[in-house]
Order: sequence, then structure tokens, then C-alpha cells
Amino acid sequence: MSIMDFLLLQSPALIIAIPLLGAFLTPVIGRISDKGRNIFVILILAFTAFLVFILAMHVFETGPMTYVFGSTKNLVSNQTVIRILFEVDALSAFMAIIGIIIAFAAAIYSWSFMKEETGLDKYYTLMLLMVVGMLGMVMTGDLFNFFVFLEITSIASCALIAFRTNKGNAVAAGFKYIVISTIGALFVLMAIAILYGQYDALNIAKLAQSITFSFADKIALVLLVVALAMKGGIVPMHMWVADAYGRAPASISLILIAATQASLYGVFRVLFTLYGDVITLPSISLGWVMVILGLLTMLIGVIMALIQTDLKRLIAYGAVAELGYIFLAVGTGLTVLTTPENAANIAGYGFEAMKGGIFHIFNDILDIGLLFMVAGALYFATKESSLNKLGGLARNMKYTTVFFVIGLLAVSGIPPLNGFSSKLLIYESIFQLNPILSIIAILASIMLLAIFVKVFQSAFLGPALPQFSHVREVPKSMLIAMGIIAALIVFIGLFPDIFVTNVVEPAANALINNKEYVQWLTGGI
Amino acid sequence: MLEEFIKTLLTGNGFWNPLVWILGFIVIFLVVYILRGYGNASYKKGTSQTQSFLSGNPEYEKQFMHIKASNLYWGWTNAMKWIIDILKKMHTGNVSDYVLWFVIVLGVLFIFVGLM
Repeated sequence: MSIMDFLLLQSPALIIAIPLLGAFLTPVIGRISDKGRNIFVILILAFTAFLVFILAMHVFETGPMTYVFGSTKNLVSNQTVIRILFEVDALSAFMAIIGIIIAFAAAIYSWSFMKEETGLDKYYTLMLLMVVGMLGMVMTGDLFNFFVFLEITSIASCALIAFRTNKGNAVAAGFKYIVISTIGALFVLMAIAILYGQYDALNIAKLAQSITFSFADKIALVLLVVALAMKGGIVPMHMWVADAYGRAPASISLILIAATQASLYGVFRVLFTLYGDVITLPSISLGWVMVILGLLTMLIGVIMALIQTDLKRLIAYGAVAELGYIFLAVGTGLTVLTTPENAANIAGYGFEAMKGGIFHIFNDILDIGLLFMVAGALYFATKESSLNKLGGLARNMKYTTVFFVIGLLAVSGIPPLNGFSSKLLIYESIFQLNPILSIIAILASIMLLAIFVKVFQSAFLGPALPQFSHVREVPKSMLIAMGIIAALIVFIGLFPDIFVTNVVEPAANALINNKEYVQWLTGGI
Repeated sequence: MLEEFIKTLLTGNGFWNPLVWILGFIVIFLVVYILRGYGNASYKKGTSQTQSFLSGNPEYEKQFMHIKASNLYWGWTNAMKWIIDILKKMHTGNVSDYVLWFVIVLGVLFIFVGLM
């Protein structure tokens, strides 16, 4: 067996093990050298990214890959085997790619951005733990394991949100986040207990085969979906988002977006895989619930963003609005799936909507992530985040301005950038479900443009302000990180088909057809 | 390989090819640029032409002329005040209220799914 074959075979375990090991080695290396620690973290994430990419390529080509921790024997009778399964399908691979790209960019960004802070050993350790949790959530095939990774992500995120302990607001935001996370996780655990009590299994595929949509199953479904939707920042449970994203260091806000999307992935996995066989019954119209929540998320997100004057809170509400598009599109797909007279359309606009929604997960993280990095750069250079106090910075920060314009155009869905491609797929497909949905979605996009034009005008344009005469462009590591994300935005914007065909379509297919995910399985807890 | 890159994205009912769009954009830009060349070049730098007219009021120093974020979209926010006020009331910043919204959504969905 060649080393590449070995790495591929073991990749699901290594993708978790390497950053986990790295997390605990980071403080040790930090004792020797700060620079060495920074390089070590970047290398760990680069190697993890390499593993994610080879695993993803394999999954996109050959279908889901299952990795077994524990007993590998198949179940032929009702015997119990002790094991945990990692099951990586195209959707898991898709989410893992996003998570690792954003974490890699955040680590590079942190090099200069965090250099004036103390306690960086803890910072990098927690950052790697957050990545472990996020990747674990999207790769595990076991519900309890999902809960464990959800908790790892939440605890690491909470500590990082409150990282600047000298600022009261950051600590308050961390506290709010841990309250929300704990309550959410508690309800997830309760749902898992209900399912385990009924079916004596924790494996998602095994449960998917067993679920009958009994009364207890319905309770578990609601608990899982609502708790994960809250962790995903869906209106009206989105209020923690502005606090957490707004107060965390910009490099952490970046990873938080990906962690939030991992919770949304949980919602989709529950609906389409765990309850995949029963959710398509015509009597169940959860798709419309998702559509309505998506619309509310979009509208409330943009209205709240428009009235903000703190840059990071403004972007956070913008991020909430973007989540609405994802929920709206996937909800449209689910609505089509569950309507018998629309059965033929699932291959048509229903599938296009799912593609648009999944594509938008990637675009949202890149676009909002870039805007958060720009907000961090402005704060780094001026120590100011109030839009009422900023102004004229395009003169001093030319590269940051260019990156902001790219982020602005992308997030507002202006052609030819990536946001337009996914939004076009969403607009066209939801139009066929109901034209009003499309009109509202376009309106929200126009408002997003207005919101970020306001930021551009107030922070970058206008006369040079004397208090910012000393401001210079941010250090290279921050520019490189912003450059990587901006380049991806432009690349995906210019060549959307290559990305949609090779990455998004397999992920959408994996979501709609849960058979592939379920077929390997023979049981186990 | 090149074909793979320049393939058009089919959206179900339409298509999207950014490269064609950029080409179109460049053509339109060139046409506008040429038309601009026919304009009357009467602009004179450093004359009163370049000063802003503020209804006869004196012009402030440049740093005081920057329009702050709070002043932007005043008309829109004023027109939408009713909904903005409702949303502001909703966003209390109190974590107990955040949990209350979670409980409300949970309750509504319990009823909805229970009736299915």
C-alpha cells in the first residue's frame, strides 16, 4: 500500500486526530517560540486541508466512505457491537472543505492580527479544537458523537468569543453564547435519548432505516431541528449571532461562520437523512416552515443590519440574512420533495434550489468571512469599529479597500462574483415555487448592497480624517489571508460551473438521496 | 481542460456565463468611453467650478464634511420606523429573551408537527 493510499484510507480519523494532537502540542511549542507555534498551527491546518481534499476527491468520485472505530463486523442478527462510524458522503466532504479552507485562512490572518494579544498559546489551542469539533460534526455518522463534537465546538467557541477578557462586552457575548449553546445541546441530547430509547441505536444510518415517525420521533425531530436551527442562527433565534460574531476577534468570527453552518448541516442531515424516508410523506409540510423561516431570517437580518453603526455587528446581521437564503432554498427543495403533484419537479427546480442553497453555504462563508477580515483589518489599523467614527480610509489602506469591494459585490450578489451564481440558482428555482419568494429574495439582496455601500461610504470614502493620518496598510499575513479568500471568490465567480458540477451537485445529490448513506450500514451503537 | 473552465452554468431555466458577461461589460465600457470623448471639456481645475455650492453657506473644513453612517438612509429608516421599532424591542440583548424565542419556536413547531 502506497503512502497516499494509506493516508486516504485513514483520512477520516486523521482529519480529526491531527488537529486534535496539534491543539495539545501547541502550548508546548509556544513555550519554545511564538513564531514556531504560529508556523506549527498553519502546518497542521495545511496538512489537515490536504487530507480533507484527498478524502473529498475520493468521495466525489466513488461515493460515501465509511470509517469504523471499534468493531468492524457486520450485523447479521440483533447482536450489539461497540463502535463509532464516521460516514463521509459528498455533503460531509463539501462542508469539511469549507471548514478547513476558512480555518487555514484564519490561522494565517491571526499571525499578525493577534500578535499584540497575550495568551496566544490558549488561543491557537482553542482554535484547533474548534476546527476539530466542526470537522467532527460534519463527518460523523453517529448521533451521540455529533453531540460530542457540537459540545467541543461550543466550548472552544465560547472561550474564543470571550478571548479579549479585558473587554466586558466580549465576556458578556461569550456568556450568552455558552447559555444558548448549552440549552441547544441539551435539547439535542434529549432528542438523541428519545431515539436511542426507541431504537437502541445511535448510528444515523441505522436510525434512518428504523424511524417510523411515531409520536416520540416527532418530538425528537422538533427538538433536533429547532436546537440546531438556533445554533445555526435562524430567526427568531438569531440574536446571539450579533453578540458572538461582533465581539469575537475577527479571525474567530471567520471560523464561527463555518461552525454555524455546521449546525445548519446538522439540520439538513436530520431532515434529509435521518428522517429522509418519512419526511417526504405528503402530509408533512416542513418545507414551507423552512421557507417561511428563511424569508424571516433574510428580511429581519437585512433590516437590522441597515440600522447598525458598529461594523462587526452590521456584518453579523448581514450573515444572518445570508443564512435565510440557504434555508429558503433548501426549504424549497424539501417542499417540492413532499408535494406529490410536484414529484416530477424534484429533478427540475427542486434540485436546482437545493444546488443553489448548498452552493450558497460556500459562497456565504467566503463572502461574509472576507468582510469580517476587512472589519478586523480596520480595527487593527484604527482601533475603531464604529462606522460613525471611521472615514477616508481608502487613502491609507488600498489593498484592504479592494478586498472590501470584492466582498461587498460578492455578498450583494453582483455579477460576475460568486454570490451572483448561487443567488441566480436560488431566485430562478424559488420563483417556480412562488414568484413572491423570488421578489423578496431579490429585495433582500438589494438591501444587502445598500448596507455594504453604506459601510464603503462611511469607512473608506470621504475626506482624510486627521485622527487617521497615521493609519497604514495592515501587515502582510492579514493581506495574504484576505487575498486567498478574495481569490477564491473571484475564481468561483468566474468559473461557477466547474465548482457546481464537481462539488455542489454531488453534495445536493447526497442530501436528496439518503439511500447511499444508509446502504452500507448494518447497525451498531 | 479549458472547455471545463469556460462551460456555462445551466440554472434549470436559464444560463449564466460570467466570461460572456465580462466580454459584454468591456464592449459597453468601450462604447461609453468613446461617447464620453465627444463631451465638452469645459472643466477647469482650481476655479470656482470645483467648489461645492451649499446654498450660499460657507464650506466647512473637509474633515467635518464626511457624512456619518447614522445619517445615511435617513429617509428609509424614518419611513420604516414602525418595523424598526418593533425589531429593536425584540432585540433586547438579554439572554433570557433569546431562550424565550427558542421556547416559542419549539412550541409552535411542536403544535405544527403534532398536527401532521
